[in-house]
Amino acid sequence: MIIASGVGVMVMGLSALEALEETTQAYYERYRFADVFAGVNRAPEGVVRQLAEISGVSSVETRINKLAMLDIADFDQPVIAQLVSIPERSEPLLNRLVLREGRFVAPGAPDEVVLNEPFAIAHELSPGDQLHAIVNGKRRRLDIVGVALSPEFVYALGPGSLMPDDLRYGIVWMGRDALAAAYDLAGAFNFVSLALLPGTQPNAVIESVDNLLSPYGGESAVARENQLSNWFLMNELDQVRTFSRILPSIFLIVAAFLTNMVLARLIAIERAEIGLLKSFGYSNFQIAWHYAKLVIAMSLVGIVLGWMIGAGLGRYNTMTYANMFHFPLLIFRPNPMVFVLAGLISLIAALIGCLGAVAKAVRLPPAEAMRPPEPAQYKQGLLTRLRVVRALDQSSRIVLRQLTRRPWRSAFTSLGVAFSVAVMVMALQWLDSIETMVDVYFNDAQRQDAMIALNQPQPSRVVNDFLHLPGVLAAEPLRWVGADFHVGSRMHRGAIQAVTPDAGLQLVYDVRGHSIRVPPDGLVIGTELAKKLDVSIGDMVWVKIRDGRRPEVQLPVIELVETYIDLPAYMDLAALNRLLRESPRTDMVNVLIDHARTDEFYSELKQMPRVSAVMFRQSAINNFRDTMAETIVIFVNFFGAFAAALGFGVVYNSARITLSERGRELASLRVLGFSRAAISYILLAEVGLLILLALPLGCLIGWSLAWFIVKTSFENELFRLPLVIYPSSYGIAICITLLATVVSAVLVRRRLDRLDLIAVLKTRE
Amino acid sequence: MSRGGATAITSTNQDDAGLEAIFCAEAISKIYTMGEVKVHALRGVDLELYGGELVVLLGASGSGKSTLLNILGGLDVPTSGSVRYRDHELSQYGQRELTRYRLDHVGFIFQFYNLIPSLTARENVALVTEISKNPMTPEDALALVDMQDRLDHFPAQLSGGEQQRVAVARAIAKRPEVLLCDEPTGALDVATGITVLEAIGKVNSEIGTTTVVITHNAVIGGMADRIITLADGSIVDVQRNDRKLQAHELVW
Ligand SMILES: Nc1ncnc2c1ncn2[C@@H]1O[C@H](COP(=O)(O)OP(=O)(O)OP(=O)(O)O)[C@@H](O)[C@H]1O
Ligand SMILES: [Mg+2]
Repeated sequence: MIIASGVGVMVMGLSALEALEETTQAYYERYRFADVFAGVNRAPEGVVRQLAEISGVSSVETRINKLAMLDIADFDQPVIAQLVSIPERSEPLLNRLVLREGRFVAPGAPDEVVLNEPFAIAHELSPGDQLHAIVNGKRRRLDIVGVALSPEFVYALGPGSLMPDDLRYGIVWMGRDALAAAYDLAGAFNFVSLALLPGTQPNAVIESVDNLLSPYGGESAVARENQLSNWFLMNELDQVRTFSRILPSIFLIVAAFLTNMVLARLIAIERAEIGLLKSFGYSNFQIAWHYAKLVIAMSLVGIVLGWMIGAGLGRYNTMTYANMFHFPLLIFRPNPMVFVLAGLISLIAALIGCLGAVAKAVRLPPAEAMRPPEPAQYKQGLLTRLRVVRALDQSSRIVLRQLTRRPWRSAFTSLGVAFSVAVMVMALQWLDSIETMVDVYFNDAQRQDAMIALNQPQPSRVVNDFLHLPGVLAAEPLRWVGADFHVGSRMHRGAIQAVTPDAGLQLVYDVRGHSIRVPPDGLVIGTELAKKLDVSIGDMVWVKIRDGRRPEVQLPVIELVETYIDLPAYMDLAALNRLLRESPRTDMVNVLIDHARTDEFYSELKQMPRVSAVMFRQSAINNFRDTMAETIVIFVNFFGAFAAALGFGVVYNSARITLSERGRELASLRVLGFSRAAISYILLAEVGLLILLALPLGCLIGWSLAWFIVKTSFENELFRLPLVIYPSSYGIAICITLLATVVSAVLVRRRLDRLDLIAVLKTRE
Repeated sequence: MSRGGATAITSTNQDDAGLEAIFCAEAISKIYTMGEVKVHALRGVDLELYGGELVVLLGASGSGKSTLLNILGGLDVPTSGSVRYRDHELSQYGQRELTRYRLDHVGFIFQFYNLIPSLTARENVALVTEISKNPMTPEDALALVDMQDRLDHFPAQLSGGEQQRVAVARAIAKRPEVLLCDEPTGALDVATGITVLEAIGKVNSEIGTTTVVITHNAVIGGMADRIITLADGSIVDVQRNDRKLQAHELVW
């Protein structure tokens, strides 16, 4: 059983991970996901030839990307759409769509659109439905003709948002001609995707692309690994990887450990038989082989069971994830190596446990082996002399002596239970950490109800316009510009958030959790970014701003802030405007809304032509939590369940083995007039004490495991899990363990009640 | 041989010794069913035991001696018939009451000593004295069996005979009214067996404990008030001794 769960977890994790990776690859390949992406202001089609000539480029496709505000019936909040052009007369060369419903847009039908599936599902839209959009300032009616998926938008992240929000942000594909007409981009493009020949390094290509496109207002090109959706997907897969590699390994080790322990104890009981066999003339090797066969047979049952469980769960897991990612295809071809590996590890662990015990038994001369095991050398240890111990009754004394006589075994049992507690604590820790992250990021730092993105930088007084919208209690400007940070050879492509010194809606915290004012003459950056750039307070950073007149400046790091999400860099808004040589401008507005008047606010906002995106804090929180939880909860549940099974296994087995070893002693006590409860006490107090020891130990190990994993594998650029474990998580882990203990205690108690006194006493020890 | 006589306390029942029947078994039978096969371990045994007497049970192997003893001691219940100990109707008792009965009234000694290996001699005795109503001190009980010098030895540090004497001390430390011994000397050599029987005889005479001893050794019958012989689940013979011998007077 223990073997089965160990093997099961490992197979489940590894096969799910492999399947996901394979599926992603296949999806990308089959639908020709591009390798390099670049946006420009406006470039003539003619540039395509030059782009195609860059060495390593195999195909080039241009298109038009625009943001637009949608108005969907029955949904009162504004919705942002990424309009993406597709050719009307052919399939796209790159980033092909997977048509899920309906058809592609027809030539000469400029109002036809195809929606991406998550968005369509979120709004229950299907071909034949309509929606309204403000396209280039004009309100238009759009007809939905199809629903599709794209490898480019596995995750559809709206501008400035951290997590996908399928309700408020969607991809809308339109005919190229229709979009060109609407935005006056005939014969021109503002976005290009490139596919590279196999083995080409994207960096060189990116440089050439940047050079070619910069005259046309190119925003630097990004490789596939930095493409938003893929980057996000890879982050998610990283999470799955952590869960699939590290955790099952821990689990398998624990399971192997337990198998080893149980078998060793089982064989220790059989020493008399081993002695008998030897007296019949069997060689040590024959005996060892006999037990090895036994163990192999037992393990094989467990392993095969584990394979089946693991494959089943792995498939289920993969499907859950594939659904979550909206993969149109699913490849589940578990690698046989995974099975072999998991099986081998378990088998070896079991064999080591068995052979160790057999070796001990065969080393004894047969006569001795047949005698009762170890003439129980109890000592009047130090412990016994303590006054507390002297005051104990004899039953408790039995318990204590038993424990101290076999310190290793006691430690083993304790450790086993501790591990099960630890695994549970570790599993629950994810949820706590996410909760904390949400709390710190959204509740403490972000005080605004909504963040409104403008379609282009506006003079600062635009803030006043928003202040006058119904329901708005406060409005503050915020500017968000793309920037590259260089320190020596280290580089980070990110963004600068420029805030006013007295900003009250979006607070910046320093490492110690005090809110700080962003200074006028330098940068405040996140500790993680500082680590990436290897800078500390006082160091200079080269900043290339990818906006406006693209200034390059050297700025000192004035302060570090601790953040769990993203790699932020802040600077003073006025200072940024000075750098850009612009009059005070802003491209974002943070607003605080009177919750009683949100409806009015929304409907006014939907009519504002200058708004390109709106992010609502509450929905961002929900989204964040959901997206994070989605991946994690699946694993948390599995681990919780497996850990509980593990705890139960350890407790039950050790109680049962103790019972079989000490049945005689307990029966004697019954004969002496001890009640069932009294002998249960002797047996269960032993187990109970070990568990009591195990609980704090388990919490400690759980904390360390969590620390290890958080530090080693959960730090990516999107977020860093804070190591936070709520007391309630310890509580839950402890309760589950205690419950498992109680259940096994009840089971053992039932065996105790059936103890056959007479039979036990008739036989010799 | 030291007699530790100071601890001999008169049992309340001694006045009635030989007169009052404290055990009364009527037509008890015990049938073990193993699948199709039924084994009649006891076939309608009638038996009375009197306060303070020492009874030796003889009989071939498989004749039902242990079964009878276990029923008297509340370790087992008869398939049919009734067993009464004073006002306890044992045949009607459930587990809980039998446990209580064993605790309050019965001391057992078995062929295998069944000491708790993790407790010293003294602690093994204390195990019982802690939970009984009117016990002797463990030291006194051990002195009675001449083990006062080995109080703090663990069972593994004692010889078989010494272990068995600790077992006797443990059985009698609570001043039980009944002492049931199933082949107490079965695993011991003659000399050692005599020291154990000595201890049992002393308890019987000094505390007045009603004692039943199962043995395969007819010689031991010499210590008894009565010798009861079982064969094939029935009592086939009862002899009364005019004079009880001391254990050391027995001739092998
Ligand atoms: N648990 C049991 N199941 C089946 N049969 C049993 C059981 N216990 C005892 N018997 C049978 O009951 C009969 C009487 O057994 P008992 O132990 O009372 O004999 P005994 O007189 O004590 O023998 P010995 O002198 O060898 O100890 C035997 O035939 C034995 O096989
Ligand atoms: Mg017998």
